[in-house]
Amino acid sequence: MDSNILVIAAGMHSSIQDLGRKGYRSFGVPISGTMDKYSAILANKLLNNEEGLPVMEITIKGPKLFFEDETLFVITGANMSPKLNDVPIHVNSVYAVKTGDVLSFGDLVYGSRAYIGVRGGFITEKVYDSFSYYPGITKAEKISKGDRLQIASYSTELQIPLSKIKTDKNHFNTQKIEVTKGPGYHYLSKKQKEYVFSKKFEIDELNNRMGYQLKNNIPNAKKNEIITSAVIPGTVQLTPSGKLIILMRDCQTTGGYYRILQLTDLAINQLAQKKTGDSFKFVMESSYTFLNRLVGKWRD
Amino acid sequence: METFKLVYKPLGSIALLIEWPQEINTSILWNISLFREEIHIQLPDRVLETVPAYCSLTVFFDTKKIKYSSVVKRIKEIYKSLPNEKEMVSNIWKIPVCYDIDFGIDLKELCKEKKLSQEKFIDLHSKSLYDVYFIGFLPGFLYLGGLNSKLSQKRKAKPRLKIEKGAVGIAGDQTGIYPRESPGGWNIIGNSPINFFDVEKDPPCFAKSGDKVQFIPIDREQYYQISEQVEKGTYKIEFESYG
Repeated sequence: MDSNILVIAAGMHSSIQDLGRKGYRSFGVPISGTMDKYSAILANKLLNNEEGLPVMEITIKGPKLFFEDETLFVITGANMSPKLNDVPIHVNSVYAVKTGDVLSFGDLVYGSRAYIGVRGGFITEKVYDSFSYYPGITKAEKISKGDRLQIASYSTELQIPLSKIKTDKNHFNTQKIEVTKGPGYHYLSKKQKEYVFSKKFEIDELNNRMGYQLKNNIPNAKKNEIITSAVIPGTVQLTPSGKLIILMRDCQTTGGYYRILQLTDLAINQLAQKKTGDSFKFVMESSYTFLNRLVGKWRD
Repeated sequence: METFKLVYKPLGSIALLIEWPQEINTSILWNISLFREEIHIQLPDRVLETVPAYCSLTVFFDTKKIKYSSVVKRIKEIYKSLPNEKEMVSNIWKIPVCYDIDFGIDLKELCKEKKLSQEKFIDLHSKSLYDVYFIGFLPGFLYLGGLNSKLSQKRKAKPRLKIEKGAVGIAGDQTGIYPRESPGGWNIIGNSPINFFDVEKDPPCFAKSGDKVQFIPIDREQYYQISEQVEKGTYKIEFESYG
């Protein structure tokens, strides 16, 4: 027997995401995956799941979900005032639910994207080895009212992990977005570099899973473009109009704008928790964290 | 084969960007295709995937197994020992296109501006053999080179919110086919009934960089016949192999 969650209301933009679809970029298929990987992996860890299992990503205004079957769930990332059967509950805490329980959300307290993890993960359509929703790749583009989402069956004999943690608020509130030089960094003039690293940047309303446009205008932007070349999540593009676009997880695989900066993976996760009107400053990744990253990440 | 002076740069912490001289031509295309194939043959477990573009190749490596400087070293060695000539099998794909003005919504205006009859315009567009440089922008969108300069036309000042799946367009010196419905600013001159991206298949695209494409003009009746065959899964795209 399948276990399911019925969607009573979809929220602003909800989708199933995992760690992304790799190996198909050369066919023009974006990586996709959870916008804030850190919070999504945390959800799975709290449930004793494998860290890459599919979770539900919800944005600013959460959905209303009806549990048709028993499971354990946890909410990580943004705090959208979650309620279980109309009673307020905590984020980053694992709860057991039974048939008929209803999860809903209220006001946004902090952050922008939250993750609902269930024990064993969601089981939706898998395309090219990933569950991540993406238009034209998965049949579903986003979660809609009336969807019945399959989840892993849960046996009550399993011990409930009594996991509950506090997360660092800096992840949601940081005013610093860490970057490295992009391949087109040297096209910036000295004055433009000064502008980029001294001014506060504000997030435009044009922001979604594909990218975040920033409101500021970089002075004296070059009118020409580059010959189309690869881009990745976190690439900061300078458009001929002087606007910056920070590409996010659903970004195209190639682009024709100058790639002036590149967000670190941590910075992408932090930016994913920001919304229209929020502001921040770019900071160059310190050599200390750079070295740490190099040493920590590889073994040969 | 001509060896180019390449520039190696990191793209984030996960990829190596290799740049050729910044121009669009087929000798660079061949060199990238050959290099790309050798990289996958020689570093199968270190390299996760590669993304070719007009004059760049981006190599995504496994950061758990190899560090950036080692990737650069290994890949430079591969380029040095790249065989001068290697037979690479490529295909010429015959792409049916209906240039009827119901599909080619910008065709009339374009012909007027270029002072060409519709017949001449279609003839110029379908006689060329186009090079597939790479796939990007949308899943299955082929970047093609080789548009007759008489047909070159800048993007529309105001992009359309919706361009139909299969729409064949012109933007600057490029021509291309929208593999699915999308907003876009290209000048639309026709429509192809075939699928450029099939999620049921692996690999999902029939064409690859280094292949060639030719457009075969069809009428409305043929268009709907082919559409039906595509839907049933019985349509076979015609192609010739060369190399």
